Parts: sequence; structure tokens; C-alpha cells
Amino acid sequence: MFDYLQYVRQENFPHIWCAGCGDGIVLKALIRTMDKLGLSQDETVMVSGIGCSSRTPGYVDINTLHTTHGRAIAFATGVKIANPDLNVIVVTGDGDATAIGGNHFIHAARRNIDLTVLLYNNYIYGMTGGQCSPTTPRGANASTAQHGNLEPAFNISGLAIAAGASFVARGDAYHVKKLETLIGKALQKKGFSLVEVVSPCPTAFGRRNKMASPVKMMEQLRDTVVSVEKWEKMTGEERKGRFRTGILRDIEKPEFTAEYAKLIEKMRPEE
Amino acid sequence: MSNDRPGKVRMMQGNQACAEGAIAAGCRFFAGYPITPSSEIAENLSVMLPRLGGKFIQMEDEMAAMGAIIGAALTGQKSLTATSGPGFSLKQETKGYASMAEVPCVIVNVMRGGPSTGMPTLPAQMDVQQARWGAHGDRGVIALTAKSAQETYEQTIRAFNLAERYMTPVILLIDEITGHTTEKVIIPDASDIEIVHRKKPDKDPENYLPYRFTDDCIPTLAPFGTGYRYNVTGLCHNETGFPTNDSNEIQCLIERLTRKIEIYEDDIIRNNELMLEDAEIGVFAYGSVARTAQAAVRICREEGIKAGLLEPTVLWPFPTKAVLAMAQKVRAIVVPELNLGQMAREVSLASQCSVPVHKLGRVDGSPIPPQQLVEKIREVV
Ligand code: SF4
Repeated sequence: MFDYLQYVRQENFPHIWCAGCGDGIVLKALIRTMDKLGLSQDETVMVSGIGCSSRTPGYVDINTLHTTHGRAIAFATGVKIANPDLNVIVVTGDGDATAIGGNHFIHAARRNIDLTVLLYNNYIYGMTGGQCSPTTPRGANASTAQHGNLEPAFNISGLAIAAGASFVARGDAYHVKKLETLIGKALQKKGFSLVEVVSPCPTAFGRRNKMASPVKMMEQLRDTVVSVEKWEKMTGEERKGRFRTGILRDIEKPEFTAEYAKLIEKMRPEE
Repeated sequence: MSNDRPGKVRMMQGNQACAEGAIAAGCRFFAGYPITPSSEIAENLSVMLPRLGGKFIQMEDEMAAMGAIIGAALTGQKSLTATSGPGFSLKQETKGYASMAEVPCVIVNVMRGGPSTGMPTLPAQMDVQQARWGAHGDRGVIALTAKSAQETYEQTIRAFNLAERYMTPVILLIDEITGHTTEKVIIPDASDIEIVHRKKPDKDPENYLPYRFTDDCIPTLAPFGTGYRYNVTGLCHNETGFPTNDSNEIQCLIERLTRKIEIYEDDIIRNNELMLEDAEIGVFAYGSVARTAQAAVRICREEGIKAGLLEPTVLWPFPTKAVLAMAQKVRAIVVPELNLGQMAREVSLASQCSVPVHKLGRVDGSPIPPQQLVEKIREVV
């Protein structure tokens, strides 16, 4: 059995997440991936904002920075530019990264700075009690959309691609092996990489949307997720109500801190 | 500003002097967002920093810039951001985070007129109370000021030193006049400049507590990446850096955030005085208005009015003792400032109502000319 103890801060358990929450699954997938890649705990920094997912750093024994709502990517940008040798992972959620922190999200992607962003998308503000988020599906219920959400939802991965991210993948908390592969690829990518993890929130989202049981939410993930390869071959009709997971973009482009290093080299006074 | 101090003489704007001071202090990270009248600080540093292996980044907004300098500071860098009123407002939440997490960094606010967008190109001193109380929650605050390019250079260095010594964000408040006036600056030899670095851990990682309660009240934050793995949060935390709900621990933390500035007030506060010993009318003036006050005091003396000036170079913590001492000597105090009495209020409090405190507030975007202050003093006499 995999030994998690080397990577976790045991003294901070039990964790705060609800039974059936996807956040713990993602945390374990991340830890296993870190181990597989041999990421140094001393040289890895995890930065988060505010929300359920943003509590992740408290449980991981690395350098951890729990910031203000929406600003994780901004803080992480400072860490990475100041010390590009550090691996910088951002853990955030749909509300944190695409509502209050939306500006930092798109600009970090545009800048193509070498951050790995794990964005737990659970379609809701969990920690504050189930309010509508930018990814709450139209028509779904939330504590601030009790007559059904009127607004269309963001496609987070699409947003990152449009903004210029060099690596974008979507995974989910049910297909964990695949999620690990995607996180691994993202961590190895030199550039802005996003892994959008569709993760169940039975407490704040499920209960309001006829999926109070965590099992039911998991089954729904199992049944609606389609691989990108399969997605390509599906008709519009077949795609309805489903979403694809896998690598959605993987391109090479100049990375910000590498470009900055070149600038410093160029400016160096000649001997 | 004596002419006989050793150093290289240069002509520069206050904003450029700020950039030069930052470099001299060892600042190697700047993150900012364009805003008048502070942008020259960013522009200068965008040229200077890469030449020194330092980092400059123009962020997507003011909050991002504030977040980025905190992130950089946690890797051990001395970091700076510069802004003006509207940007200063936007930065408050993240500035509060730096106070709570005790991350050293420097925020320069080249003050312009407000409220709101106000007067982008005209001077004001309307952010002096915001510097103290702008962010939510109780905490001690250090805010410096400067009245010339020379002082901006020196106070920028001091801001970094205080930030590093007391592990706190430090604010430097100058105004549009100081930021944009080109004048002589004497740059001392690097060896003559006092530079302070934050404490380093004296324990191995196993026994290290970032926010350990020590007699000096100052935490020791090891740079990220040096083998000390700890947690930083804006939530109430205990000595470990992890969130706590323990009422004792919370009380201790919040009291310490105020106390750690209070107990060092005598080291932090510095005032200049002009003809205050025998003064009958005391003037309390800071920033560019202190220059007006110097001139006005001299004019008054020529007219036979015994005026004297108390000029704080540190606005927060407020120089309560010096104001009280002045209040006990003079018959009245006049406080000229480019707002409607933000500091006059503090002066009244500090003087314990022992003498009348007269406000002279100007908020039309013009500086206060010496003659206007002289007239006010005459009126008071
Ligand atoms: S509220 Fe939702 S997201 Fe938050 S811990 Fe509970 S299940 Fe997880």
C-alpha cells in the first residue's frame, strides 16, 4: 500500500471536508503523483485561495501558502518569479479562480508562467453554504438561485485555452488513475498548466440538486464522463449531458520565468 | 538636507529617488500596476531591476501586485509595490494579509486627491488615515512620509529596514508634489547605508516554529525552499502557522500584532523640529506641507511671532509623546494638511485637549503656500 504519511501533516487530521467530498480524492491523487515524479517537498510550494479546495495545503507537508479569496495565482506568481527553482502548485476552486480571481487566472495563462493550477470544479460555493458559482449549470439550484440558476456557466478549460495556457486538461474525481496521469503531465509541463478536476460536492450542490448521496454523485461522474478521443467521434446529440476529460491542449510556447532569465542574461554587464 | 554629507550628487524626481532607494535597500522584486502619479517608480525599476538580476513584473491589477510582492517576500526577497489612492484602496485586503501573516514588504503610495478617482495629477494627503485603518481588523501599522526627493530616497531604505526588522508591511506615503519634483539627491556610498535583514531561524527544521511567541514579539519566517516547511495563512493561527479556533491563541496573536509595533515605538518614531524650544505656536506638518511649514515658521519668526515646527517623518505609529510635549509648551497648535483634518484629529487626541488645535485643510489640488499658513498662524495669535 502507498504510504501517504511522508507527505501529510498528520497533526492536522481529521480534515474539514464532508463525507463524500471529492477534495480528499484529489489530494491523494496529487500526493501519489508528487511521489511518482520525485518532487522535493522542500522545493515545492502549494498556494491556495479561499474555499473548501483551498484548505488542501494545510494537509500537505511542503511549503504552503493559504492566501485571500481569489488571489492564490497572484501570490503564486510572486513566488515563482522570485524563485523560479521552486515547483509552484496552485490549488483553487471554481468560485475562487473564475469569479473573484478570474483576472489572475486569465493573465497567468496569458503570461504562460510555470504554475500548475489544480482547479476543483464542483459547480458551487461549498464553504459559504451553496451559493451560485460561475460554473453552476443553468437551471441548477443554489442557495442564491433557489428558483433555478438563470446564468450560463463558464467552460473553465476553454477559458484557460483561450487565454493562452500551454497545458490544459480536465479530469474528475471518479477516474482517479487518469487524473493522476493528467496531474503528472501538468506538473512536468514548463508553462502555465491547468488541471480542471470535476469534483463532487454532495453537501452544498448535491443536496439541492437531487444528488444528496455521494454515491449518486460518483455514479453520475462515471456515467457522464467521456474521453477526449471518444468525444471526437460522438454526435452532438450523443454529447448532450456529458463532458470530456483528458488533455485538451498541450503546446510549446515561451514560458515567462525562462524569458525573464534570458533578459537578465542579456542585461548582464560584459566582463 | 545638508549639503556637506558625503555622496554622489544627482538630480532626480521623488519617484525616481524612491526607485533608487529601493535598490540601495536591497529590493530585488517589484510588482505593480500603472497609476498616476506613481508610475515612474515602476518605470524606473523596470529598467533597473533586470540589470541587477532582480525581477520586475507589471501585474494585471492592484490586488495582484500586492499578492505578488507577498509571495516574493516569502522566498526571502525584499519586495516593493507602488500605487496611489484608488490603487491603495484596492490593495487594502491583501495589505491586511501581510500584517496578519507578518510578511515584510513595502508599499509606496504617491498620494493624489480623492475620494474615488479624484484628482489623478494633483497632490493630496487624504490617505493618511487609510494607511492606518484601511484594512479590516486590528493590527499595528508603520507608515513613513517624506517631503523631498532626498528624504524619499532615505525613507524608502528605512521602510525596507523597518519591514525586515519588525516583519510587517511598511507604507511610505509621499504626495504628488514630492513624487514629481525634480531636485538634488545625495546618494551616499553603499557602505554608509544601514541595511537590515530579517531574522534567520536559529533552530533546525524539526524544532522550528514560524510564529513562535518570543519576547521580542517578532516571528522568524524562513524563506520558502530552504528546508523549513511551514504554513502561512491569513486565518487566525497559532505558533505553528496553522489555523486555530483556540480563544487563547487567537487573543495572543491579535494582541501581539498590535503590541509588536507599540513596544518599538521609540525606535520607529522620528521627528524633525524647527525652532520649537521657545515656540508659542506649534505647527504640526508632514510630507510636502512640512516644507511650507518650514518657510512659514521662518516668516513668522521674522515678524516676531514665536512659531515652531514639529515634523513627523513617521505618521504611524503616531508620535503621541512628541505632540503632547509640544502641547504642554505652546498656546495653540496649527495643523496644515492636504485633507480636511485627518491628522489634526490625532494631534487633538495626543494633546489631550490641553491646547486648541486649529486645522488648515486644503483639498483643491493645490499645495498650501507659506503665506496661507502664516495668515492662519497670525489669526490664531
Ligand atoms: S461543502 Fe462540498 S466542497 Fe465543501 S467539503 Fe463539503 S462536500 Fe466538499
